[in-house]
Amino acid sequence: MMTINDYLKLFDEGKLTPEELLESCCSKIDPDLNAFITVTKERARNAIGSVDGKIRGIPVAVKDNINVKGVPTTCGSKILKGFIPPYSATVVERIEKEGGLLIGKTNLDEFAMGSSTENSHFGLTKNPFDRERVPGGSSGGSAVAVATGSAIIALGSDTGGSVRQPASFCGLVGLKPTYGRVSRYGLVAFASSLDQIGIIGRNAMDVGILLVIIAGKDPLDSTSVTVDVQDYTDLDGSLEGIKIGIPEEYFIDIDEDVLEAVIEIKEILQDVGVSFPSVSLPTSEFVIPTYQIISYAEASSNLARYDGVRYGLYHSGVNFSDEIRKTRNDGFLSEVKRRILVGSFVLSSQAIGEYYEKALTIRSLIKKEFKDALDKVDYLLTPTTPSPAFKIGERFDDPLKVHLSDRLTAGANLAGIPAVSAPAGMSRNNLPIGYQLMGRPFDEKGLLSIVHQVEKIKPFELLGE
Amino acid sequence: MEEFKPRMGIEVHAQLDTTTKLFCSCPVAFGEEPNTNVCPICLGLPGVLPVLNKRAVELAMRVAFALNCHLHKESRFARKNYFYPDLPKGYQITQFKFPLATSGSIKVDEKIIRIKRLHLEEEAAKLIHLGDKTFVDYNRAGVPLVEIVTEPDITSAVMAVDYLKKLQKILQFTGASNAVMARGEFRCEPNISVSCEKGKLGTRTEIKNLNSFRAVKRALKYEIKRQKKILQEGGTIKQETMRFVEKAGVTRSTRSKEEASDYRYFPEPDLPPLLIKEEWMEKVKRSIPTLPEERKKRYIELGLNEEDAIIIANSKKASNLFDETIQQLDEPLEISKWIIREFRAHNEPNISPTSLASLVKMVIQGSISRIIGSKVFSMMVRTGRTPEEIVKEKSLLKISDKEALTSVVKEVFAENPEEFKDFQNGKSKLIRFFIGRVMKKTKGRANPKEVGRIISEYEQKH
Ligand SMILES: [Zn+2]
Repeated sequence: MMTINDYLKLFDEGKLTPEELLESCCSKIDPDLNAFITVTKERARNAIGSVDGKIRGIPVAVKDNINVKGVPTTCGSKILKGFIPPYSATVVERIEKEGGLLIGKTNLDEFAMGSSTENSHFGLTKNPFDRERVPGGSSGGSAVAVATGSAIIALGSDTGGSVRQPASFCGLVGLKPTYGRVSRYGLVAFASSLDQIGIIGRNAMDVGILLVIIAGKDPLDSTSVTVDVQDYTDLDGSLEGIKIGIPEEYFIDIDEDVLEAVIEIKEILQDVGVSFPSVSLPTSEFVIPTYQIISYAEASSNLARYDGVRYGLYHSGVNFSDEIRKTRNDGFLSEVKRRILVGSFVLSSQAIGEYYEKALTIRSLIKKEFKDALDKVDYLLTPTTPSPAFKIGERFDDPLKVHLSDRLTAGANLAGIPAVSAPAGMSRNNLPIGYQLMGRPFDEKGLLSIVHQVEKIKPFELLGE
Repeated sequence: MEEFKPRMGIEVHAQLDTTTKLFCSCPVAFGEEPNTNVCPICLGLPGVLPVLNKRAVELAMRVAFALNCHLHKESRFARKNYFYPDLPKGYQITQFKFPLATSGSIKVDEKIIRIKRLHLEEEAAKLIHLGDKTFVDYNRAGVPLVEIVTEPDITSAVMAVDYLKKLQKILQFTGASNAVMARGEFRCEPNISVSCEKGKLGTRTEIKNLNSFRAVKRALKYEIKRQKKILQEGGTIKQETMRFVEKAGVTRSTRSKEEASDYRYFPEPDLPPLLIKEEWMEKVKRSIPTLPEERKKRYIELGLNEEDAIIIANSKKASNLFDETIQQLDEPLEISKWIIREFRAHNEPNISPTSLASLVKMVIQGSISRIIGSKVFSMMVRTGRTPEEIVKEKSLLKISDKEALTSVVKEVFAENPEEFKDFQNGKSKLIRFFIGRVMKKTKGRANPKEVGRIISEYEQKH
């Protein structure tokens, strides 16, 4: 499988030019899949050759909730109509400084709220493996862009699984780094204490190459940390003797195909000397309710700024209350409205003790449970989702089903630990299946090393290869 | 007849004197073109994050120490959520459950007023209403504020104003705030209740729109009277926010729905807890300039009378000038007179302690007269030049040369033959008349003692 380093080698040898690669990527953009909201081919072309960095000439797609100066940010919403950010996110600046070419802004569930990329003002995105199915979400556009080869690698954001779940539905590697590892400056906030910018790539090496670039302390993000950035491309360290826990709670109500695929990954790793003690995470059943309360509460506050006064959609009215009501009623889709309503409720003085404060307490229990488990073992192995990609419309606008596929991923966000999803195989009906690894804070290198070595033993066939 | 006793607490918002805003690096300035000191952060654009201004924390710490507060080593920021066009993010970043400091105290009119809490928060934008349109100026959005809340320990309108004046001085002396009320840098919202049962608080009202100490006093007096009257007539006080109508001198209900609002406070996830280490605390403590009370004490020890000591100690500029000048010239009494008479008469101008010291020295040594000295002071203020330069250029040094003065005296005698005759005939009172004439002729430069000696020689000769 081609890595970014292979492309750079082809450039150096004169066998391929960045212009040709960009052209080839753009030609693979399929309007029917609807992965992009904005294609910035001109911007990418103009950037070719301007800097000589670690990813010079490599086309990168960016989820459309991450700001790129001068290019509209929509967040998949009508409410940001006409908004063009006057600044770039720190991650975007770092990518451009290393010669990355920004090829476009990808589709997402409105404000990253969803798991299917169906809840977008700009239409739904389809799964390239089966166009009747969703690509996962909310970073569905980024996953489809990479899966189809219209970008070599992409940025997403992961609040409860929004990078890992679409990566697993599209046969890709999706990394959610440790909270604070990557600056959030310029990422439009959904739930600030859970949001983390992540990477979707075709292999562990590519993800590692991009992580080296975007990781590290940013003075503009007070929650980013000073912990040393490791060499995430040095992925061949021996796995012998490491311990990977199998939390039993994460194997309940899982599709048979998924179970089999994950067990196969376990067997591959056993062969290279990894041991698999069983561990227990009894608070798992509280992950989704806790995640819902905290993320909705923060979202209700984060989305309050869209009032039409300074930017975006605006409807006039008889007074401010009337204007804001009209603007927000027209600007947001129903899933976002539902979360704002519930979020406002759980913070209200009559409900905060019963909901929000309780959720904070449970969150700290969940966090502690992960820490205790990861004191005993080095990593945790689970499926990424209980089933492969579901059908378009199957869970659309159904508040009871919307979090079904976040159940195995949101725990890492609540605990702030790093997690990765990587291809485990294909289901009987030819849909990609993903396995998830979670690790100790700042051990992204360890996670990517395991994925990298599994790739070598069990290569995954990509669509666009 | 039952006696109704008023109880008041006051919430003060003071603007911290930083060069940049609380969470971004935009400059803090007054009176600039609207929306010129703004950036994506203080405009609340999508994707921005706050970064705390350390200087603002230090200034708030100074106030906390000056008010004998308990400063918390760990405090937190919270979001106060509500919709208003002057609030760019739809929430204000403030401190709620875990404020920077609590439980302080301040002595006013020989009574202790307890300080309940002190915390940091950001300012909102300014709304400008023109015709049927409303405009928003975000220059003020994100300016750092310190909020200081007292317990309901204030028992009269006079005491309330005395507290505010004292707090204002503390803010100014610690360098935390300019605290100019007219510029909105010092705002207060008192709450009042009256009750006849000892130790029990009545239903309270809050008063807004108080733009001067006079207004505070008038509003409180009115509100106390209003509440007493209602209670005496058997009515009940409604908990509400009142607005002071300056022209009419009355408080009126705002009838705002604000009472019903629920701010949905929760911890600000974009800012880690504010941790203050011991060393930082000590460093800030050491950097606090001394407060008026301590200064007054020291001045009295230097020999100033109490009245003068208070006048100088109560002005930060005057007392700084005094302190620095006495470092250079050990004449505290004389210097205090110059500060009280000249410096204050000139509206506390910017003059250097070195200049003041050399001016006072010239007067003490007799090289210029007091009257000339006062003129030199005015010129120093006007031109910004040193007293030496002024005196030299304008040839203001006293004339003590006997020969030169004798010739002027003779001229004066010649010009006033009648008076001279009377003088020689024993009307010695006329000596003052002659000295005055000589002084006038020499434009005040003559040494009057020397002139008197010369004139009296003529009397004796007779
Ligand atoms: Zn700013």
